[in-house]
Amino acid sequence: MSGATAGPADGPWRRCARRLRARPGAVAAAALLALIAAAAVLVPMLSPFDFATPSWTEIFRAPALRGGHLFGTDSLGRDLLVRVMWGCRISLLVGIAASLISVVIGAAWGAVAGFVGGRVDGTLMRIVDVLYTVPFIPFVIVLEVLFGRHFLMVFIAIGAVSWLDIARIVRGQTLSIREHEYIDAARALGVRTGAMIWRHVLPNLGGLVAVYATLAIPGIILFEALLSFLGLGVHAPLASLGSLVAEGANEMQANPYLLVIPATFLAAIILCLNRLGDALRDALDPRHEQGRHD
Amino acid sequence: MTGPRPPLLEVRELRVRYRGQRAVAGAPTDAVAGVGFDIGAGESVGLVGESGSGKSSIARALLRLVPATGSVRFEGQELLALRGAALRAVRERMQIVFQDPIGALDPHMTVQQLVTEPLLEFRAALRTQHAQQAQAMLARVGLGTELLARHPHQLSGGQAQRVGLARALILGPRLLLCDEPVASLDVSIRSQIVNLLHDMRAELGLALLFIAHDLPAVRFLCDRVLVLFRGRIVEQAPREALFGAPQHPYTRALLAANPVPDPARRPSAPPPAAAPAAAPGAPPPIAGGCAYRDRCPLAVARCTAEAPAMRAVGASLVACHRAGE
Amino acid sequence: MTEAREPLLQLRSLGVRFGRDGRELRPVDGVDLELRERECLGVVGESGSGKTQLLLALLGLSPPGARLSGSIRYRGEELVAAPRARLEAIRGRRIAIVFQDPLGALNPFLTIGTQLTEGARRHLGLGRRAARARAAALLATVQIDAPAERLRSYPHELSGGMRQRVLIAMALMCDPEILLLDEPTTALDVTVQAQVLELLRGLRERSGVASVFVTHDLGALASMADRIAVMYAGRLIELAPAAALYAAPLHPYTAGLLRSLPRLDVPPPARLPSIPGQPPDLAGLPAGCAFAPRCPLAHERCGTVPALRAVAGARALACHFTGTATQVDAAWSPP
Repeated sequence: MSGATAGPADGPWRRCARRLRARPGAVAAAALLALIAAAAVLVPMLSPFDFATPSWTEIFRAPALRGGHLFGTDSLGRDLLVRVMWGCRISLLVGIAASLISVVIGAAWGAVAGFVGGRVDGTLMRIVDVLYTVPFIPFVIVLEVLFGRHFLMVFIAIGAVSWLDIARIVRGQTLSIREHEYIDAARALGVRTGAMIWRHVLPNLGGLVAVYATLAIPGIILFEALLSFLGLGVHAPLASLGSLVAEGANEMQANPYLLVIPATFLAAIILCLNRLGDALRDALDPRHEQGRHD
Repeated sequence: MTGPRPPLLEVRELRVRYRGQRAVAGAPTDAVAGVGFDIGAGESVGLVGESGSGKSSIARALLRLVPATGSVRFEGQELLALRGAALRAVRERMQIVFQDPIGALDPHMTVQQLVTEPLLEFRAALRTQHAQQAQAMLARVGLGTELLARHPHQLSGGQAQRVGLARALILGPRLLLCDEPVASLDVSIRSQIVNLLHDMRAELGLALLFIAHDLPAVRFLCDRVLVLFRGRIVEQAPREALFGAPQHPYTRALLAANPVPDPARRPSAPPPAAAPAAAPGAPPPIAGGCAYRDRCPLAVARCTAEAPAMRAVGASLVACHRAGE
Repeated sequence: MTEAREPLLQLRSLGVRFGRDGRELRPVDGVDLELRERECLGVVGESGSGKTQLLLALLGLSPPGARLSGSIRYRGEELVAAPRARLEAIRGRRIAIVFQDPLGALNPFLTIGTQLTEGARRHLGLGRRAARARAAALLATVQIDAPAERLRSYPHELSGGMRQRVLIAMALMCDPEILLLDEPTTALDVTVQAQVLELLRGLRERSGVASVFVTHDLGALASMADRIAVMYAGRLIELAPAAALYAAPLHPYTAGLLRSLPRLDVPPPARLPSIPGQPPDLAGLPAGCAFAPRCPLAHERCGTVPALRAVAGARALACHFTGTATQVDAAWSPP
């Protein structure tokens, strides 16, 4: 009733977008995130400084509005602004890419297990259970030993592990979707299993998956930061926010800005993503729907 | 009933048991406990009974949405043995309309997608004609093209049920199962849908299995009526016989309880069932005898001792020891 | 009976609104009604009529975001904008409700006894034993066998009809003056529905509790209500003593709704009568009379909202058409 006069193309996604726009917190978080992402792309392109080239005459310059180094320089005289922006690039890229990988694998795995059920479900979910027992950090170390240190290793390692959670969540949700009458209706119409999952299950999982993916990105970014902090993530001279924080931590007594600036960016990104994920969850929650007032 | 040709649908000894239901001391706990009936080509059969009597389970069993035992022959083919592609092929000719009109439509799809979906499954080669066919079908069920881009939540209950009907009819089925298709609609809208089913049946030569607790609608739409009580058919009769001279005491109670919109006349209430009061769908543990006996005003000792068999009384088939006395 | 007796409940231009300007919905729009002592007032409406929101407003249970306007007086005391503590003291004690869905309204983890006695212990200060005794007595009143044992049952162990009786007993625990019935028979089978109606009639004759019976089913109301209020798109469109309303409905909607009722007591028609069109959409109401798009008597004058006016026979009507009930009925008959 309440929706019946809304525009004819008012699908569930548009309704969600409309409700998101009505939340100032979510809009602010999205705007700040967009600003950081834009800066991360543009600043290194426009800045005269390079993230990797040391400059022995510019070591430990404090942040200053004049002199070209807005955020100062590090122990090798590299411009911290450019390095932090590079760090944002890498961290966001790792977060988004690894989260996408885990969503694709996890959603497909969980939807098939939940929808087909029976022996397929049992087998797929036991595999998940077994993978859960793999200790993560040793796993990454083994990967690096076997395949060499490569930036891509970080994606693969994180993506390969974090899809387990989403597979479980999606399976649970699929079990509940399967009980809906439109699934029976589609089955009675002769829709094949593959088409059923693709057409009726996955779109209806969309909301949950979007929320989970948004909330997974900050977790993955933090994980990458941890790996980099431990020296297992990206390798110098490339920087992620995690490795910058690690470098800054070594200098924190003499030059605290080296720690504070990258840590602030890391915190801001994670706060924004968490805020956005919460708002997305609320916007997709059918209980926030205006009910029928008959 | 028994025409020269074999009936469109022959159901024999159909049983449905849901997981989690366990036999208590040999008691029958089937949601559907050995039901048999025929539907002729183009015939309209009503199935009435209270909630928990197994009405919906029968429809779902016929469509193979729930596991069942017994025999269901549709156009001479045994359905309960079919799998995969052969089962899909039958779905083209046997369709269903559900009770919850909006819940039976995928919330992410538009009316256009919903109505063309069956075509995509069965007539994929003729894709270019789908949109046109969908519009023609929607026009037949009384919906205009302005609804094509809408999503289910933007439809009223009546509109959604018309979309459900268009989806069910677009492949040209021979048999349409209607599972309480008007129960959740507004009173002022219900008759629109019942009239539409009546028209569609006449136009398309459809056979109907119309499941309802709305007895006046059944009387309007159906040639023959089956009365179900706790998973068993207790009476089956042609429309005139059932409404004119009901034989089973349960049928009489159902007819008498129908509300009358006249403050001067009260519908008669049967006395509440004596203990043990069972939750709907869970019949009391009776080893033998008639399932209706605790509520029956005519019950005698024999009703406890012996389950009544189906027998002809007048124009009806009745499972009651005391019918026809 | 004294003439100037104060009504139990008095609603004056009661409105319930959601949303903001531009996208505002008014599920209840300017309703004037009163409930007298010992009376059963039927409120009839379909989807979008506002009957449920009206009921929730009476209990002070409107959903978050709802804005109430106008006035609800209980024995002269204003309830709109009354403090929450005061509403809680009245709710359950003076005004009790029986909900439509008996399974949803009972907590599956608590016994019937615990749920029945909760309100009485709070509102009446009864001890555990006294409350249970009262609960058992009330279960007997609503015709439940072995009431003392039933107190130890859980909701899922009872049939739908029994759960509805338990809800009625629960509403009666504190001896309320007003019983609000929200579609109490809709979820039940016809035979059980007839039993519950019978029970409600008996209760009323014995205790004289006043009630507001909200339903979409004019058939169920026929044997219950003294007066009937018909709602459409949030407005009260017809109010009449029950006998008069069924015999001679004056509003075209009421007449159409009565004709649409499924009946077994008349021979089957060649075509089932219905009202054309769709139920009103509160977000897109036409200017003027909301029923006009579906009305066989619609006229240019229906572009303005008809005010509720008094009609002979203690009735009220909101319709521009001034003809007789026979004329209204004739308008519905197929040409």
